[in-house]
Amino acid sequence: MGGKLFRNFSFFSATLSFFILVGIFAILFHYAQESMHTFGFDFLWTEQWEPGEDDEGGIFGGYIPIVGTLLSTIIAMVIATPLAMGIAIFLTEIASVTVAKPVSIAIELLAAIPSIIYGMWGLFYFAPVVQSIFGGNGVGLLTAGIVLAIMIVPFMAAITRDSMNTTPSVLKESAYAMGATKFEVIKDVIMPYSKGGIIGSIILALGRALGETMAVAFLIGSVMHTVGKVTDPTTSIPVLLANNFAEAEDLEMSSMYFLALILFVVSFIIISSAKFYFLGRKVK
Amino acid sequence: MTKNNLVMELKNFSFTYAGATKPSLKKINLPIEENKITAMIGPSGCGKSTLLRSMNRIHDLYPGNSYEGKINLYRADGSKQNILDLKKENDFIRLRQEVGMIFQKPTPFPMSIFDNVAYGLRLAGIKNRSELEGRVEKALKGAAIWDETKERLGESALGMSGGQQQRLCIARAVALKPRVLLFDEPTSALDPISTGAIEELIAEIKSEVSVVIVTHNMQQASRLSDYTAFMYLGDLAEFDKTEKIFLNPKEKLTEDYITGRFG
Ligand SMILES: Nc1ncnc2c1ncn2[C@@H]1O[C@H](COP(=O)(O)OP(=O)(O)OP(=O)(O)O)[C@@H](O)[C@H]1O
Ligand SMILES: [Mg+2]
Repeated sequence: MGGKLFRNFSFFSATLSFFILVGIFAILFHYAQESMHTFGFDFLWTEQWEPGEDDEGGIFGGYIPIVGTLLSTIIAMVIATPLAMGIAIFLTEIASVTVAKPVSIAIELLAAIPSIIYGMWGLFYFAPVVQSIFGGNGVGLLTAGIVLAIMIVPFMAAITRDSMNTTPSVLKESAYAMGATKFEVIKDVIMPYSKGGIIGSIILALGRALGETMAVAFLIGSVMHTVGKVTDPTTSIPVLLANNFAEAEDLEMSSMYFLALILFVVSFIIISSAKFYFLGRKVK
Repeated sequence: MTKNNLVMELKNFSFTYAGATKPSLKKINLPIEENKITAMIGPSGCGKSTLLRSMNRIHDLYPGNSYEGKINLYRADGSKQNILDLKKENDFIRLRQEVGMIFQKPTPFPMSIFDNVAYGLRLAGIKNRSELEGRVEKALKGAAIWDETKERLGESALGMSGGQQQRLCIARAVALKPRVLLFDEPTSALDPISTGAIEELIAEIKSEVSVVIVTHNMQQASRLSDYTAFMYLGDLAEFDKTEKIFLNPKEKLTEDYITGRFG
């Protein structure tokens, strides 16, 4: 009786998440229709975002925010992934307990800071640093990418550390008992054993970087500008959506739904292919 | 017993865990004879695992433990070394290649069957593919799982049964040609048939390697071993030939334990 109820409930919860996914897709798809019919695939290559006279018509293209989103995410991931792995390995295998404990706590606190604070800090303190080292005018793709990296590192490091900690100590001991060095144990036992958690943390961080709005809005420049150098200001999908939603009408609004749909599909494809590629592969 | 046929010898060996006030092992004197099986028995918590883990210094993965006395390792070339003097990572690696260890639960690495057995060999610097293949095959044959694994060497070792995994771990250790193999209750997580296979295997490998085995199974100790050490509360209460311990022990405590009156 109770078991049946529980089973139905968990079935309901499981299917609910699926329906939410489909529902969001359907709504984005529906509202994007007008823009899709007007611009078709050209939307992806068009660099203009210009409303027409009297808010009638206009030309809207997603090229700049799409590229901005992808590039800022790539910069963030390239910086953050090795850093986070290094921190996690340090915390689980190298640091003594007296060091690992406070550092762990600090990392968890960093992971809990709201992104708007990273955005403000990045704008006032970090952008000038980037400017003095790389040139440009402070805000831009590179600054956004680096601050995004700083934001996701604690989060990735914490999840990776937790999954590395699940490696049974007898497994590590038996590798040491074969004459392995610490480095070899990390590489051959801990990393493969916690692969699922590591990939998971990368995927979650990727999702967060792709969709991050507040921090990036402060730092990317929020201008419709095609990037030539990494220090150029540009915009990203979430930032453009957040900035323009209030005033947009008709075709512009529909184009924004189109952009949202693209972000949705891109996130979905990246995340599911990462999942299938890495988790689907059996140990050979 | 002359010194010549010893492979290891503990002399006045005491061990205290980090943070503990009292030693877990007190002045142990124990000879380990070459190409023989030495069993360690005793009630739970008496220090059997602690003793075993001192013999390849796996304790040193965790900081703060302290040793006293000596554990000598006699090498094939006749030289002798007190392994408690070792300090460098390289020395530990060499020691652990000479003194291997098998744990209570099978511990296959998350890699293929072949790579599991080749792992220690690769660490030891063997890269040549045909030499690796030869030694892996020999080790798997030696551990009596060649027939079960030869068709699936490329598959993950995690897909094997518990008993097969344990034999794989033995193969993996044997492949390194250690002088001593330490077994900490190697069959206590296995069914009777797998247990039988492991016991048979241990009896076979003793022609090539000296064995120290911790067990809670009195039949196993008496069937398998040449010498038996009975430990009690951190002391070595009695050590002798296995027949002697089981048929005619000197200590009342030993007799009570092996007849199941306590423990
Ligand atoms: N990591 C540790 N830190 C502190 N004390 C420990 C630690 N491990 C074991 N001890 C203590 O050392 C003593 C010996 O433990 P040990 O594990 O060697 O016993 P054992 O004979 O192997 O027992 P069992 O048959 O249950 O495996 C016990 O009193 C135990 O509480
Ligand atoms: Mg034990």
